[in-house]
This record gives sequence, structure tokens and C-alpha cells, in this order.
Amino acid sequence: MSFTTTQIWTIIIGLGLGSYLLRLSFLGLIGGRDLPEWVLRHLRYTAVAIMPGMITPLILFPQATGGTLDPVRLGAALATIALSIWTKNATLTIFGGAAVLFALHFTIG
Amino acid sequence: MTTLPRDFWQGFRDGAPFFLVIVPFGAVFGVVATEAGLNIAQVMGFSVLVIAGAAQFVALQMMVENAPVLIVLAASLAVNLRMAMYSASLAPHLGQISWWKRGLISYVMVDQVYAASILRYDQRPEMTPTQKLAYFVGVAAPVVPPWYLATWAGAALGTTIPAGLPIDFAVPITFLALIVPLLRTLPHVAAALVSILGVLVFAFLPFNLGLLVAAVMAMMTGAEIERRLSARRAP
Repeated sequence: MSFTTTQIWTIIIGLGLGSYLLRLSFLGLIGGRDLPEWVLRHLRYTAVAIMPGMITPLILFPQATGGTLDPVRLGAALATIALSIWTKNATLTIFGGAAVLFALHFTIG
Repeated sequence: MTTLPRDFWQGFRDGAPFFLVIVPFGAVFGVVATEAGLNIAQVMGFSVLVIAGAAQFVALQMMVENAPVLIVLAASLAVNLRMAMYSASLAPHLGQISWWKRGLISYVMVDQVYAASILRYDQRPEMTPTQKLAYFVGVAAPVVPPWYLATWAGAALGTTIPAGLPIDFAVPITFLALIVPLLRTLPHVAAALVSILGVLVFAFLPFNLGLLVAAVMAMMTGAEIERRLSARRAP
């Protein structure tokens, strides 16, 4: 890495400030004003629109295995989905998913 | 008002399992950033000012490759554009609280805090904005301070995490635990499917922009199916 101290801090502060403004953006500007129904209808799907897309590549092409499908990670993902449907409890699902992940890692991994 | 401590502690309990993800993730960032040549103030600067693991790793990776400062900033900020969508999605729930509180909670609007809160608001529409705020802060409490501490530990203690453990997968597991309960109607399921397919189809776009294209398409899909379903029910 060949950056000066000033350049490094420019990146850190720029990324920090930019990320903060992105987080504040709509929450800060819209405040308590009522949004049109069609906007609210779109916003209701924000979480299910971003999160699945975010984790799909992590499940199918994990960097840790050089981007190839990995039975340990795929098995843990499927077990986590099953646990979530079965237990309906996020905490149990997370601990159960992690247990399956490590069990598979130390057996077939 | 008397239920506020209850909402806070409910949030705290729901946020506590994220500890499992935050600690290894933060520690790995501390180790990798230190090995890349950043001093401890700079490493902590990232985790305290940015608090967004994915964007921090992208910035670090591009710094290692000696990319120009503006390109480093553009690429890592693109990864965080989703935060603006979170902000919009939270506005109908938290928009009524005072401006300085909105200013403060925006700082801790990270993936896990957003996802856990929106799931709760979805399941408990009767919550007041102040109760929603207490819950949000409750989720953030066991997430954000451990992120700082884990980063510091990684930077100060170096690589004591055994190599080869699949800790990268802690993130998908927690997100799955948060997404699956949201998939309770046809529009939600359709939006999730479009998100998955979209991210695969648009994977060729640089700076992680494929995720944003997929997300916008998925939101439009969910909204349109909801509109048609309700139009059919109430002619």
C-alpha cells in the first residue's frame, strides 16, 4: 500500500461521512411527513429485496473456497432455512445454523 | 412510556445472537487491515466512523491494490448505497421522532439492526414510534460496541483466529434467520426470488451495482403484485 497518511484519512473520513449521509438521507429528510401509498408499497419490500440478493453470492460462490459451490456452506444454509421455518425463532435459528455449519465442517469439510 | 425499557431489552435480546457474527467479522477486519499496513488509529477510524464491514473490506482491498483515492471512495460507497434504501424503509416507522434522535440512530443503521427492527415493526404494527426507537437502540447495543472491540482486538492481538474455520458464513446464516420470517405473503416471496435471480443476472456490473439493480426490480415486483392482489380483492 503506497498511500500518504493524509490520503488514508481522506478515505476513512470520506467513507465514514458518505455512509452516514446515506443512512440519514431519507430518515432525515422525510421525517414525519406522509409518503404516497405507492412509495410505501415499494418500501415494504426493501428488506426482502436486498438481503436475499446480498447473501446469494456468499452462499453459492463463497470466496473462502475460491468461488466454487461448497457442500458445507450450502448444507448449513439449507439447514438454517429449515430451522427458521420449524422453530420460528431467530436466535435458535442462528445458533442451530452455526452448529450445523461447524458439524459439517468437521465431518465432511 | 413504561413499556420503553421492555422494548429496549426485547431489542437487546434479539440483537444478542449477532454477537456471534460481529466478533469474528470485526476481528478479521482488524487483522487484515493491520497486515495491509494501517496503524491502529486508522483501523479503528474505519470501524468507528464507517461501521459497515462489507464497505470497509472493499475499501481495504482497493487500497491494497493502490487504486486512486476517488475510486476507493466510489467503490466502497456504492456498497453502502443500500443504506439509503434502509433509511427510506425506516422513515415511515421512525420519521416522527425528533431530528437529533434520528441523527443519532442513523449512525448505527447497520444491516443487522435494520433487518431485526423491520422484522419486529412488520410483526407488531401497533408499536408507537418511541417504542420502535427503543427497540432499534436495543438491537444496536449488543452489535455496535462489540464491533469496535473486536476490531481493536484483531488489530492489537493479531491473527489468533485459527485459519480454515468457516467463519465467513456467519453473515449468511444470520441474514437467513432474519429473511425467512419475512416471506409470509406472495409479494414478499416474489420479491425475494427476483432479488436472487437479479443479483445472479447482473453480477457482471462493477462496484456491486448489480445488487442495487436487483433490489429495485425486486421492490417493484413486490409492490406490483401487492397492488394487483388488492385490486382483485376490492374491485
